[in-house]
Amino acid sequence: MTTPTARDTVLGRIRDALALAPTPAAEVPRSYRTGRTLPDGERLALLTDRLVDYKAEVHPCTGDRTAEVIAGILREHDARRIGVPDGLDEEWLSAFDGEVQRDSADIPAPSLDALDGVVTASAVSCAETGTIFLDGSSGQGRRALSLVPDLHVCVVDLSSVVAGVPEAIARLVPERPTTLISGPSATSDIELERVEGVHGPRNLAVVIRTDA
Amino acid sequence: MSTFLGMPAAPPRSPYGTGNLRGDRKFPAAAHDELGNDQLRRNLGRATRTIRAKRIDVTGELPDWEELRDAGSAIKTDTMNRLPELLEQLEARVTERGGTVHWARDGVEANEIVTRLVRETGSSDVIKVKSMATQEIGLNEHLEAEGITPYETDLAELIVQLAHDKPSHILVPAIHRNRDEIREIFLKEIPGVDPALDNVPAHLAAAARAYLREKFMTTKVAVSGANFGIAETGTLSVVESEGNGRMCLTLPDTLITVMGIEKVLPRYQDLEVFFQLLPRSSTGERMNPYTSLWTGVTPGDGPQDFHLVLLDNGRTAALADTVGREALNCIRCSACLNVCPVYERAGGHAYGSTYPGPIGAVLTPQLAGMHAAKDDPNSSLPYASSLCGACFDACPVKIDIPSLLVELRHQNTEQSGTTAEKLAMKAAAGVMKSPRIYTAAQKAASFSRSVGVGGRDRTISHLPAPFDGWSDSRDTAAPPKQSFRSWLASAEGAETMRAAAEEGAAHPAGSPDEGAAPTTEGPDEGAGRTDESPEGDQ
Repeated sequence: MTTPTARDTVLGRIRDALALAPTPAAEVPRSYRTGRTLPDGERLALLTDRLVDYKAEVHPCTGDRTAEVIAGILREHDARRIGVPDGLDEEWLSAFDGEVQRDSADIPAPSLDALDGVVTASAVSCAETGTIFLDGSSGQGRRALSLVPDLHVCVVDLSSVVAGVPEAIARLVPERPTTLISGPSATSDIELERVEGVHGPRNLAVVIRTDA
Repeated sequence: MSTFLGMPAAPPRSPYGTGNLRGDRKFPAAAHDELGNDQLRRNLGRATRTIRAKRIDVTGELPDWEELRDAGSAIKTDTMNRLPELLEQLEARVTERGGTVHWARDGVEANEIVTRLVRETGSSDVIKVKSMATQEIGLNEHLEAEGITPYETDLAELIVQLAHDKPSHILVPAIHRNRDEIREIFLKEIPGVDPALDNVPAHLAAAARAYLREKFMTTKVAVSGANFGIAETGTLSVVESEGNGRMCLTLPDTLITVMGIEKVLPRYQDLEVFFQLLPRSSTGERMNPYTSLWTGVTPGDGPQDFHLVLLDNGRTAALADTVGREALNCIRCSACLNVCPVYERAGGHAYGSTYPGPIGAVLTPQLAGMHAAKDDPNSSLPYASSLCGACFDACPVKIDIPSLLVELRHQNTEQSGTTAEKLAMKAAAGVMKSPRIYTAAQKAASFSRSVGVGGRDRTISHLPAPFDGWSDSRDTAAPPKQSFRSWLASAEGAETMRAAAEEGAAHPAGSPDEGAAPTTEGPDEGAGRTDESPEGDQ
């Protein structure tokens, strides 16, 4: 007889435990709020309020001003070398006169440290919590790209902003590597005093396109 | 083997003497020393007050907070009921997506698996994301003994590691340190730190960023824990603030995640509940700055070599207890620590375990046992509570911690055989059953008072064993000169009762209940008080 594997042993213990202490099946009550909708103006106001609370910059604009607004943010932060993911609308950087590095998987992640900033699109955002979801699809790039540079300029279309967390989760594709971002990197580890900017980007600028 | 015999066997606890689930001393002794540290008490008091206020604000603004708690609690209960199938499903999904799943019966085995996996990469360094599971099994200590250097990257864990200290809080492990102490630690321990570094938290955080940046960029292996693992999709999740988690989960070639088997969730949709419950309960924020979700390996994005280590280490022993099982529902938010009057004063180190505070006092004995025969420090943990119930109210998944504490006290008493306390209680029960013996006992007690028991404030501050455990931490009112029964039978008693009856007849407007209520004046006012002093500093 062979020695049982750790897998067999652990699963056997669980079955034993459940046999020793059986409990009735649990029904999950889902009476919390789901499927909420809010008008454009309210979603914009709520998302803006939350992002400002997290010390992110918020730049609402119409779609035709995207390039102008992005160039203004990059100038303001003195960002000369910018990374962009594959699939990002080229038009968005048409007003920027610095260097643009198109990202690809063969660029070693540590070299992203040499970039002054990164511009990405986003998948979905949750107004109630001020959370932006990136899922690595076209225009959003691999996770390292929006992490290593110190400035993240993130473009959010108002049509992709939903009211609450359940509405946002429902729009995600589980298998995609997904990052939830609620403001710039922060810590409260020293006397619970919030400090913005530790290891992730210390500056988050959100461009909300109100007609897109 | 039990499965072959068809008779379920009680699963084992985490092996005695391994990991970080047991202190060196019992709670009262450890707490006694911690209470002497004024700085610690000031740091803790300030921090827990701040976070309590924030949590109340952000949980109060959700109209469906209670519905979310109900859902969270039920999802966890359902998970425990279906644990085997959910873990098998998780394993299958992770494997399909290019990950490798390992199983560990206990912390020793998990440490060995992680060490072997690190060795296979050829790296002698690992970067670590804050993880309760790896703290529980003592992974860092094991790696160091094997010649591998672990670098903690969470700011608080870094502070603890640099100070050669132990974490004292689930969420903020360095909560016991203030900014001046942290500055001193950094000046002493971080190579090349600016000697002009001051105590401003932003500057201290910047110093940590500069120190760890190079580690993130060059280290090939990371070790993390997991907040959630989704059976349906094989997705794992880490919830964090600083971005050190994202760095560790994204930049290295190899990622090793150690996850307790109870962290599995059935469906991806369940995240909609826990992503609301956890940050609001934990840091008092509407959402934590960063949450990462990954499923196996994604070509061209993040580590291409992913290992998931599923850890038992006493969890199945907890699962075998109908009452105690509830402790496995914990999502490690630490809200119960922040509201606990005992934790706020004694601090996390007094519990001696990776898991301090109210949840630690129930989870630690469940995972590692309370070995009565060995005079186990863990046997003191269920008593590290005033049973005030604040932890139950704060718990986002509604774990009834006070009931669990009482159950563990019961189990401990049952286990510990015949003690002096047990004998005394048995004797007391006999006395109370007989009115004659009871009256005699009361007379004896009042005699003892007349011969000098009770100090100048008419309290007893030292009782003989086995009641010294009681009198060491609180004063007991000395027995009155006369019992109520003997006072009632006296001439003075009869006169007072007659006067009270006349007064009741003279004021018939009062409610019948009020009129009939006996006066609270006892024969020996003051000393007859039996209520406990409300200022009690537990």
